[in-house]
Amino acid sequence: MKPAAFDYFAPRNLDEAVALLAKHGEDGRVLAGGQSLVPTMAFRMARPAVLVDINRIEGLGHLSAQEGQLRIGALARHAHFESAVTPGPLGALLARVVRHIAHPPIRMRGTFCGSLAHADPASEWCATTLALGGTLVLRSAGADTREVAARDWFQGVFTTAIRPGEMLVEVRLPVLGPEWSCGFAEFSRRAGDFALAMAVCALRLDRGLIREASIALGGLGGRPVLALEAAATLLGQVPSAEAASAAAEAAAAHCDPHSDVHAPAEYRRDLVRAMARRALAQAGVA
Amino acid sequence: MNKREVVFTVNGETRRVLVEPRRTLADTLREECGLTGTHLGCEHGVCGACTVLVDGQPTRSCLMFGVQAEGASIRTVEGLAAPDGTLNPLQRAFWENHGLQCGYCTPGFLMLATWLLERPTPLDEEELRHVLSSNLCRCTGYQNILAAVRAAARELDRWTESAPA
Ligand SMILES: Cc1cc2nc3c(=O)[nH]c(=O)nc-3n(C[C@H](O)[C@H](O)[C@H](O)COP(=O)(O)OP(=O)(O)OC[C@H]3O[C@@H](n4cnc5c(N)ncnc54)[C@H](O)[C@@H]3O)c2cc1C
Ligand code: FES
Ligand code: FES
Repeated sequence: MKPAAFDYFAPRNLDEAVALLAKHGEDGRVLAGGQSLVPTMAFRMARPAVLVDINRIEGLGHLSAQEGQLRIGALARHAHFESAVTPGPLGALLARVVRHIAHPPIRMRGTFCGSLAHADPASEWCATTLALGGTLVLRSAGADTREVAARDWFQGVFTTAIRPGEMLVEVRLPVLGPEWSCGFAEFSRRAGDFALAMAVCALRLDRGLIREASIALGGLGGRPVLALEAAATLLGQVPSAEAASAAAEAAAAHCDPHSDVHAPAEYRRDLVRAMARRALAQAGVA
Repeated sequence: MNKREVVFTVNGETRRVLVEPRRTLADTLREECGLTGTHLGCEHGVCGACTVLVDGQPTRSCLMFGVQAEGASIRTVEGLAAPDGTLNPLQRAFWENHGLQCGYCTPGFLMLATWLLERPTPLDEEELRHVLSSNLCRCTGYQNILAAVRAAARELDRWTESAPA
């Protein structure tokens, strides 16, 4: 349970960090909160030759709403979201979600961007970013910044569209106006455990009818997914218990959960139905 | 074995140590500083036995490298009692409420609860349970740990009854 040897760098600015990542290519890894990377190194599932610790870089901890986007810097820690970071439905959703991520000591070090880079199938931030249609901003040495939409980011378990030498510098989420309502629900066996299933939804209402709907599911074993069929059932509907049930059925019917030691696929499918219904109820569809 | 020099304070005392980058903060405290009060249970972030305060924040010291502690001020269980060994109110509450049996998890719970009791917001039952669920105990069944922290919070005037549901 001791990590293998590595070389350690703690650059003071972003240019230095991306230069180090360019130089070391596949051998180099960003060390952010370390709350996922260090355990995998302790198990020797990861043996990076070089760690680029970004914790001493100034100006990466930003968390600000500008031009309709919440910009979340690479050093914004989970714990920063515990009280609403922006007024309205978005800040409230993020504050609700964060209480489900690990435990307070882990939330004080772990980062939002680290969760997106790590892409655990049961990451709350990954499912949330997908549901909200977020954007990921990447930097690499000597190149322009690259932007990737959340729906193109997740490729599989712990696998994303990041390229060697790239660093995730910011995630952007759309700031939602008062016409939006959101919900989040997950099931895990013990407080702070990774969830067996989760659902996140965001709905826009106009004159009493649902005009836009997005639902993302996580914890099913693979990458987080959009429940497109479920969201489609809601369009044009009046928020009601029937509408919620139909959407939850569609989410359960169309998802593809994995079986593992924690839960069989059919149990996860039942959980998807229940979590989708709970998330929708929070968003006022009940 | 490219060792690095790292300087930080532990319980107010400056420490200058030579460590390999792969050395966790927990092992740095135990091996380089001789402070074996910080315990290692799982070494992968799950149990919380290794919790110390780094710049005032409760931290799993198995998930941080010693080299990352450059310039930090660290508090460990060794810093809680008075120099003559007199237990502080939290430690005394653990003693009086049977908040420990084997004691393996105790340093981690004490440091987590130290942070909880030093926070500006008063503590209620829900928050107590939410935060203490961070750490694992193999022996006590948790109830006496909760009772101990509750008692210490009352003594320190940090406790507030939750609004009735
Ligand atoms: C006991 C325990 C329980 C947990 N429970 C949960 C949970 O319920 N839900 C959950 O979502 N997470 C959970 N976590 C994980 C935690 O949320 C991590 O903080 C998060 O997954 C990774 O963020 P980090 O900043 O710690 O990243 P690190 O551990 O530092 O890095 C993780 C990976 O991402 C890469 N990386 C990090 N930042 C960047 C960047 N800016 N650019 C490029 N690559 C980067 C690293 O190179 C590494 O490969 C848990 C962890 C523990 C120890
Ligand atoms: S030893 Fe650090 S959390 Fe278990
Ligand atoms: S007292 Fe033995 S593990 Fe907690």
